[in-house]
Amino acid sequence: MDAKVKVEHLTKKYGDLLVLDDISFSIKKGEFLCIVGPTGCGKTTFLNLLTKIIEPTSGNIYIDGVPANPKVHNISSVFQEPSAFPWLTAEQNIEYGLKIKKYDPKYIKEQSAKILALLGLEDYKNVYPRDMSVSMEQRVVIGRAFAMNPDLLLMDEPYGQMDIKMRYYLEDEVVRLWKVTGSTVLFVTHNLEEAVYLAERVLVLTNKPATIKTEIQVDLERPRKVSSPEFVEIRKELTDMIKWW
Amino acid sequence: MNDLKKLQLENKKAENRNTFKLRMLTVITIILFFGIWQFVVDQGIVDSRTLPSPVKIYETFLVKLTKKAPDGNLLSTNILASLQVSLYGFFSAVIIGVPLGLLMGWYKIMDKTLTPIFEIIRPIPPIAWIPIVVVWMGVGLSAKVLIIFFSAFVPCVINSYTGIQLTNKTFINVSQTFGANNFTTFIRVGVPSSLPMVMTGIKIALGNSWSTLVAAEMLAASAGLGFMIQMGRQFARADVVVLGMVLIGVLGAVLSFIFSSLEKYLLRWK
Repeated sequence: MDAKVKVEHLTKKYGDLLVLDDISFSIKKGEFLCIVGPTGCGKTTFLNLLTKIIEPTSGNIYIDGVPANPKVHNISSVFQEPSAFPWLTAEQNIEYGLKIKKYDPKYIKEQSAKILALLGLEDYKNVYPRDMSVSMEQRVVIGRAFAMNPDLLLMDEPYGQMDIKMRYYLEDEVVRLWKVTGSTVLFVTHNLEEAVYLAERVLVLTNKPATIKTEIQVDLERPRKVSSPEFVEIRKELTDMIKWW
Repeated sequence: MNDLKKLQLENKKAENRNTFKLRMLTVITIILFFGIWQFVVDQGIVDSRTLPSPVKIYETFLVKLTKKAPDGNLLSTNILASLQVSLYGFFSAVIIGVPLGLLMGWYKIMDKTLTPIFEIIRPIPPIAWIPIVVVWMGVGLSAKVLIIFFSAFVPCVINSYTGIQLTNKTFINVSQTFGANNFTTFIRVGVPSSLPMVMTGIKIALGNSWSTLVAAEMLAASAGLGFMIQMGRQFARADVVVLGMVLIGVLGAVLSFIFSSLEKYLLRWK
């Protein structure tokens, strides 16, 4: 397997409290991987380890065979709560990470124009987050993450606050962005339908201390239909697996 | 679509009518205030030697534009002298206080080293500094500027310190995930996110520096609005005293207005 990201024996302890217990897995280049796990199982800790916000007790994360380092690799994250910088416009928000990485200004402009076009937000590029709806703000944040052409894009229940219609719309949008940019995506959710709708592969975490219980391959054609028998079957299989939640 | 536009137009008109009404209310209140004041003095309810009427103050204002008596300065000289003292003090407080507060709020080492000293200095009223400042610097411009500085410095530091400590943790995480180092995150996330609190601190500092003016100009000044008030008191010229007070108020309001416009521009994203 052509592994883009390799997580090896990742363990995190806070004092005596074991939060993550020896997690190992890998993600292929350009793969869309979903992680499902019960509330409070340590998903946020897990993501913070991947983004290197906190250091693991043991184990490591490798991107292209090199220990993950935000200063070297392009790692983007989308958090559950909208995190567009309120003092920057939609366009400036999308350009933020590119500027941090000190890309050529011409490339930054091209990249932000491309993302704005993909999101259909060209007319809103000078709008500040205070004038955006929650969903539009979250789309800008997702655009900001994809603009980096990230080595690894981490999404932590980004649609947790959306209604069902908006969710479907945004899920289709994220799939479109993923296909166009070829990014490697790790998407955390506790919505099983969402996981089956988006993922090529689903990892199932156990309760705390979290470890990988199992994984399911989702080989359905896109666009996926939530009511198709194949879809329902995979969702059922996943549900059966995690009945202990 | 036409109906929508019509509705929007009507809403806009109603909004304009409301704004106009509110503005008129402000104007009427001011006219009423001065009207009652004039009436009370004209009717002899209050002695005009203790409280001169608005008309008398206006006359004194016109006279002081061209005549130096009783304090020995033209009004413009006094205004400029006061502006110089207060703005020097104010700007030095902003230039030193805001970065200091931001750094103390962001970097733990600065917090641990400087906050205890600041906490000891903070409660000392600016006026209590006057005697020691006279000993240090005499009674020149720099002494007065230092007194103003103390009054403006404290809110600049406190608000910047608190403002940057309230930075949303998610914003910091986003920045660091993109690979920004701590200093870049400080500049690009901490500073802009604290700006509303910083601006409030600067606004308080502006008010403080202007209100400490009279106290600072008690330091054997030879010009300034505070000095003019002192002289007015010595010569029992209540009109000069009140004119000085009114001008301090008006100039303070003008400075505050200018600052509010700047604040509105800088915080246009709020």
